[in-house]
Amino acid sequence: MPTNAPPALRAAMQRPLLASVFIVASCGLAYELIAGAMASYLLGDSVMQFSTVIGAYLFAMGIGSWLSKFVEGNLLVRFIQIELLVGLLGGLSAGLLFLIFTLHSGPFQFALYALVLLIGILVGLEIPLIMRVLKREVAFKDLVAQVLSVDYIGALAVSLLFPLVLAPQLGLVRSALLFGLLNALVAVWALWLFRAQIGVQNLLRAQSLTVIVLLLAGFAYAGKFVSLAEANLYAEDIVHAESSAYQRIVVTRWRDEIRLYLNNNLQFSSRDEYRYHEALVHPALAALPGARRVLVLGGGDGMAVREILKYPQIESVTLVDLDPRMTTLFAQSDLLRQLNQNSLSSPKVKIVNADALKWLEASSEMFDFVVVDFPDPSNHSLGKLYSTAFYRLLKQHVAQTGLVVVQATSPMYARASFWTVVTTLETAGWQATPYHALVPSFGEWGYIIASQHDYHAPLAIDVSTRFVAADTLPALFHFPKDMARVETEANRLDNQILVRLFEREWGRVQVH
Amino acid sequence: MRRRDFLGAAAGAVAFGSTPAKAFFSDTTAATPPLPPGILSGANSQLGHRLRSPKFPPPTQTKRVAVAIVGAGIGGLSAAWKLTRAGCNDFMLLDLEHEPGGNSRSGQNEVSRYPLGAHYLPLPPVEASATRELLAELGVLRGNIHAAHPSYDEKYLCHAPQERLFIDGFWQEGLWPAHGRASVERAQISRFQQHISTLRARRDASGRRAFALPLALSSADASLRALDKMTFSDWLKQQDYSAAGLQWMCDYACRDDFGTSAAQTSAWAGLHYFSSRDSEGQVLTAPEGNAWLTQGLARTAVAQTQTDALVYHVEQNAKEIVCDVFLGKENRSIRVIAKELIWAAPLFLIPHVFQSPPAAWLAASKSIAYAPWVVANLTLSEPLLRSTGSSLAWDNVLYDSPSLGYVVATHQQLRYAPAPTVITWYRALHEESAFSHKSTASHQHQLAKSPSKLLQSREVWAEEILSDLSRPHPEIRELVTRLDVHRYGHAMIRPLPGWLWGGARTVFERGHIVGKSAIHFAHADVSGMSLFEEANYRGVLAAQRVLKRLGVSFSRSL
Repeated sequence: MPTNAPPALRAAMQRPLLASVFIVASCGLAYELIAGAMASYLLGDSVMQFSTVIGAYLFAMGIGSWLSKFVEGNLLVRFIQIELLVGLLGGLSAGLLFLIFTLHSGPFQFALYALVLLIGILVGLEIPLIMRVLKREVAFKDLVAQVLSVDYIGALAVSLLFPLVLAPQLGLVRSALLFGLLNALVAVWALWLFRAQIGVQNLLRAQSLTVIVLLLAGFAYAGKFVSLAEANLYAEDIVHAESSAYQRIVVTRWRDEIRLYLNNNLQFSSRDEYRYHEALVHPALAALPGARRVLVLGGGDGMAVREILKYPQIESVTLVDLDPRMTTLFAQSDLLRQLNQNSLSSPKVKIVNADALKWLEASSEMFDFVVVDFPDPSNHSLGKLYSTAFYRLLKQHVAQTGLVVVQATSPMYARASFWTVVTTLETAGWQATPYHALVPSFGEWGYIIASQHDYHAPLAIDVSTRFVAADTLPALFHFPKDMARVETEANRLDNQILVRLFEREWGRVQVH
Repeated sequence: MRRRDFLGAAAGAVAFGSTPAKAFFSDTTAATPPLPPGILSGANSQLGHRLRSPKFPPPTQTKRVAVAIVGAGIGGLSAAWKLTRAGCNDFMLLDLEHEPGGNSRSGQNEVSRYPLGAHYLPLPPVEASATRELLAELGVLRGNIHAAHPSYDEKYLCHAPQERLFIDGFWQEGLWPAHGRASVERAQISRFQQHISTLRARRDASGRRAFALPLALSSADASLRALDKMTFSDWLKQQDYSAAGLQWMCDYACRDDFGTSAAQTSAWAGLHYFSSRDSEGQVLTAPEGNAWLTQGLARTAVAQTQTDALVYHVEQNAKEIVCDVFLGKENRSIRVIAKELIWAAPLFLIPHVFQSPPAAWLAASKSIAYAPWVVANLTLSEPLLRSTGSSLAWDNVLYDSPSLGYVVATHQQLRYAPAPTVITWYRALHEESAFSHKSTASHQHQLAKSPSKLLQSREVWAEEILSDLSRPHPEIRELVTRLDVHRYGHAMIRPLPGWLWGGARTVFERGHIVGKSAIHFAHADVSGMSLFEEANYRGVLAAQRVLKRLGVSFSRSL
């Protein structure tokens, strides 16, 4: 600011500048909160995301403050340009991040931190520049006191406004755009306010106009954009979503296809789940004409039970699933009851919501057929459900002539993991008969029949099926070269080798 | 800083109000929750300390037995076990506590059983034949007990992941510090491990291991025995093992097994920790710690066991041994007259109890130092699953902490759903005066100057424990529903330089025969290391000597 400006004018400008500090501070905090919320929304683990985003942001602000000493020339023009840039980047940040996430989850973290650093650096430049503009007008102690207190008040305002009003009412994408607009308006305001000092700047005006138009357009189309991006993410409508004590349950529908996701992992698609569940149940159960009592461990969606109830001789099915929210959902939702043919409401079915290990330890019941349909062994807790100890425990509950079938991940993508489950069953004293089936949603999937005598595939399957048939059954027991047996150790509780193997094999698949 | 705090609080508010976020940010936003309820318990020092000024009612009843066993820790229980297995039931097993088990007792609440002290047994080497025999009898060891690597029941083998270390804000797998360590340091650790493998494999001319467990079976090679003349720290220095991570591991090992810092521990004992076993760190454990072993031993002698019984006077004559016993619950005394006495209580009690003991006993017992321990059981409403780095293990150790970290009682449970748990936190008071068991004037003076941490209230301990654990687990205060503190004044003998091979303890190894009566010592103190295998060995050895003297035929365990 030229020192020859009349004192009255200087006083008049001081207030607007402080007002802009307030807005600038609000926007600065808002972008940080938006990035943090975005990251925890899309990536989960909110504590981790928030603290790393905040850390990176504060660090970037430090860089910005340090860089400010290199900013020379007309400070007001620079300030206006920085405002425009912050407005544009910050305003579009949420939308950009969303778009990048839905296109490919790979570069998302990179984009997130790049954006956080960039915005942080720009925001870090703002306050030092304003202070340099004002320092010629105000004594230093007043300057620091005024600017910083307004800075903090701005931050407070947003920190309350954001979670209480903006995020719930506008959503993250629109909130970001709103703050972007505020930044741009500060720029325009400054352009008008200091027209006497900086003269007519056509380029600067054009820049301002472009940014504002872009942001306004973004605001107008945000709704469409978000639904497009979300549709990209799930490619389907969410018809049910809830968090139980154990997991996040999401059911989606796209046209006539219904999908179940647990913790973002696809459990089934209604298009081909019949393949998965027919292959799970019939090869064993069709070979057990004398079976009366059946146990299903996991499988709270009732699909396996649906297949089991096709056999009229079955007298009782005990379903042990940890999560009462799952079994309630699949027993009550009309949409989902159509899928499992209301199997969970059958008078033959008894539902137990318990830890399967705990339940087996306490129970003395015997069964002719057991379906073991647990989630894949992706952590040490689940790994216990694939251990020699578990299979030995199971043995105490299966009749001498009975059969067990175990879902055992993909022999194609997780070949060593699959054969580890085979070895583990054998080590626990079972005869293991592995087989596989193609389920398009999952790829090539693996199952193992465990028995205490030689297992012979059934010569006929007398219940109605769409996929499994007696004449094509032998092919399922044949393993082509790329899925053939590999030598592995047994998965014991004291080594839990399966968890590591599984992590490595599926990690490799997901990189592609 | 204000802005930073402010941002933290603001971020917490938008982190969707989930409990983790609340817990994470609670340091800046919420007041510290009040201390959870709990009790302070420990060894029965009230009854035990009556030995300092023995005024007991005179015995009103006399019982005669072939054998009296004093102390129902692992030594005494092992002796009783061996006697009953040989068909000799004519004995009494006396202990001043309410129940047998010594350091290996357990507690239980609605969530889980949990250890009050010793909580694991490394897979015993082939030399620990009596321990292996016991494990086979309990059905935990399968097949030939003399095999190099027999198989064990999966239920008791520690489940994976076994251990992790919290270092530089990160949980790394395993205990050897590796996370963020310089390559020089790692190279030194490999050199040390190489050194240890050599010591492990080393056998002398008569086929004895350099460091055997029980240690009595170790090589008598003078160059090895000389290691007992220096401290473990000095040995590390001498061998140029200067890496901080390596020194930490060695110090941790000494605190863990001996309740003593590496700077005080005999180098022989320190190397024994690393070199006496072949099991690569595999251990047997259970929710109740080692109490399943205690109970496996104790069930054989239920009828002969007398608890709340303080032996306050022992007199040996050529015919028999007279023990006067105060029964705390009944507030009366009885006299037990036995032909054989197995002393399986700590050796520092000898001057207080024995009528004119040999001078060598007095001298030796006065040179014994003990480490006090504090053990805390924290009941948690949910397991400590949130962490940076590797996932919750059975043993969770903290680098840069005077504590030894914590073990998870429910780790061995066959469950997969997250559920409430009990964790047990361990702290050896390694820094306290090595001779704090003595009630001397100078000791009293020192106590007045810097009071023993052992005398701290439960509340002070609770604060100390929670702040120790809140470094890796900021949410801990929100999760603790109960915090019990258990303390032991004379928890374990310290293997200070000289005690193991300086000759003093041989008087206890030999025992004392006067005419027809004999006293045998069967406490881990006789070995100089408070280990299950040592106590078990001493107990069984004493029982075998007794059986031989009584003319009872038996099959040798040792």
